[in-house]
Amino acid sequence: MTATPSLIGSKAPAPKVPRGALTERTRLVVVAIFLLPAAILLAVFMVYPVLYTIRLSFDRGLGGNFTRIVGLDNYSSLFKDPTFIQAIVNNLLWIVFYTGFVIGLGLVIAVVAMRVRYETIIKAIVFLPMAIAATALAVIWEFVYQPGADIGLLNAILGIFHGPAPSWLGDSGLVNAALIAVGVWGSVGFATVILSAALKGIPTEVLEAARTDGANEFQIFYRIIVPMVSLPISVLAVTLTVNVIKLFDIPYVMTHGGPGTASRVIAFQMYIQGFQSGQFGQAAAVAVVMLIIMIPIMAFNIRRFRTSSVV
Amino acid sequence: MSTSVQARTAPRVSTESISARVIRGLGRTPVHVFLGIVAVIWLAPTIGLLVTSFRPRSDIQATGWWEILSTLRLTLINYSDVLNAQGMGTAFLNSVIISVPSTLLPLFLCSLAAYGFSWLKFPFKDSLFLIVVALMMVPVQVGFIPLLTIFKPFHLTQGFVGVWLAHTAFALPFGIFLLRNFFITLPKDLIEAARIDGSSDFGIFRTIVVPLSIPAIAAYGIFQFLWVWNDLLMSLVFVQTNANYPMTIQMTTLLGTYGTEWNLLAAGAFLLMAVPLAVFFSLQRYFVQGLLAGSVK
Repeated sequence: MTATPSLIGSKAPAPKVPRGALTERTRLVVVAIFLLPAAILLAVFMVYPVLYTIRLSFDRGLGGNFTRIVGLDNYSSLFKDPTFIQAIVNNLLWIVFYTGFVIGLGLVIAVVAMRVRYETIIKAIVFLPMAIAATALAVIWEFVYQPGADIGLLNAILGIFHGPAPSWLGDSGLVNAALIAVGVWGSVGFATVILSAALKGIPTEVLEAARTDGANEFQIFYRIIVPMVSLPISVLAVTLTVNVIKLFDIPYVMTHGGPGTASRVIAFQMYIQGFQSGQFGQAAAVAVVMLIIMIPIMAFNIRRFRTSSVV
Repeated sequence: MSTSVQARTAPRVSTESISARVIRGLGRTPVHVFLGIVAVIWLAPTIGLLVTSFRPRSDIQATGWWEILSTLRLTLINYSDVLNAQGMGTAFLNSVIISVPSTLLPLFLCSLAAYGFSWLKFPFKDSLFLIVVALMMVPVQVGFIPLLTIFKPFHLTQGFVGVWLAHTAFALPFGIFLLRNFFITLPKDLIEAARIDGSSDFGIFRTIVVPLSIPAIAAYGIFQFLWVWNDLLMSLVFVQTNANYPMTIQMTTLLGTYGTEWNLLAAGAFLLMAVPLAVFFSLQRYFVQGLLAGSVK
């Protein structure tokens, strides 16, 4: 390898150049062939759009074009808009309850399933919804949530216990819980598989030592298992939070943000603002808000990639 | 066979009394009950819809799917209705037309770029790679308006080119990142030996790096394919001809039009799930790997 000219200041006529060694120029051509196609697409379809959207968020943005600079007007009207505030609150609800339940249930299922022989089957069953389109998840659950007890499974079960038969998706007090439950159902398998792999990494001697010392199962769970899976849990929390910020399909398909605006989320708001109300400046502002929320997560990820390898 | 089983179980029986085993078994009952409930909660909603998709419309409206055994009548008419009359057949084809190029194109471009980032030397390599990592977090929403203004003069949203390009571009950062992380773990000696033997970089890429990386490339390919197949939002924005709608949009339309016609909705949803489920059951290992790796996307 020493004979290959280095990129900067190659030593002219290097002795014994191997057949494969290239001159400076052909070398750069090779680099270009490998990287340029991706680089051009990234520049035109990602980097330029980011800058365009940022600029558009300060513009009236009629028809998606730059028409008149309006400063921070788009942002201020956004934060005065109760539906946008509602969307942000809903996203926060999702972050707390979706992330919490996915990780909590995922951990419990992983821990319990480890103790039986049919562990793989349970994990496969719980993981299965990960394969399915959110659109299909939405249909599956809209069917479960049907108010009529002769169609909707949930109200049929409640009916056995003479419980109420609420309209899960039509009641603004219930709709977010109902949608979050769908999200949790769809994602628990992901947490189960990741945490199960992490649990397998805990040395059995540690668990046995704790049991000999008289620790009960709950102490083992809180004192040993939880601390030892805290890193994968934090990675999961970040991933699930990103999922929430990008969340669109479930509310769009199941409730279209309703009843009223009760189940709107940011990504849905951006779509409505841009493509149904034609307020492209404000839509751009929503997109920029999403981008800003992503920046700390981006920083976290970059730090993680630099210090360690991938999950 | 029976003798060997006896031989193996015999010592256990002698050391452990039957009553002790029963107590141990009972002690584990809560575990089995809990996992049984978990299995039911995760299977019942899907099975319910599957059963419904095969029931005649009149039965669906008369009784719940859990009463299927009392009125055991199955039919395929819902599927033929939704495929032909409700356009799910065309939508299925459209999903294929959208997903295949949106998978192959990023796969090809990401492999090339990942090779560049792992085995070529060029200025600002690390900074450029950091930019790629940073772009992974850009939400697709940021691209909608600018991409539409770029596509508009060329009418790219009338056909499939716009949605292909959008999916490809937004797949690149993650794909490059993932494949580069795999390529870089390949043995350095192997690649340098090939260079000394006179292989060009294209030769090394084609004959060494890609063949050795098939598991990673397959996992990424499956992840990307399912991502596109299951996507709704990108198609809503970038597919603007009704005749080109993929299954996800068609399903949403059905839900809006026939909100209570569960015979059609159930069959439609299962057609939408068919391909991902087939992938899940046939390529489960790659599938789980792909999804786990894809989690950072």
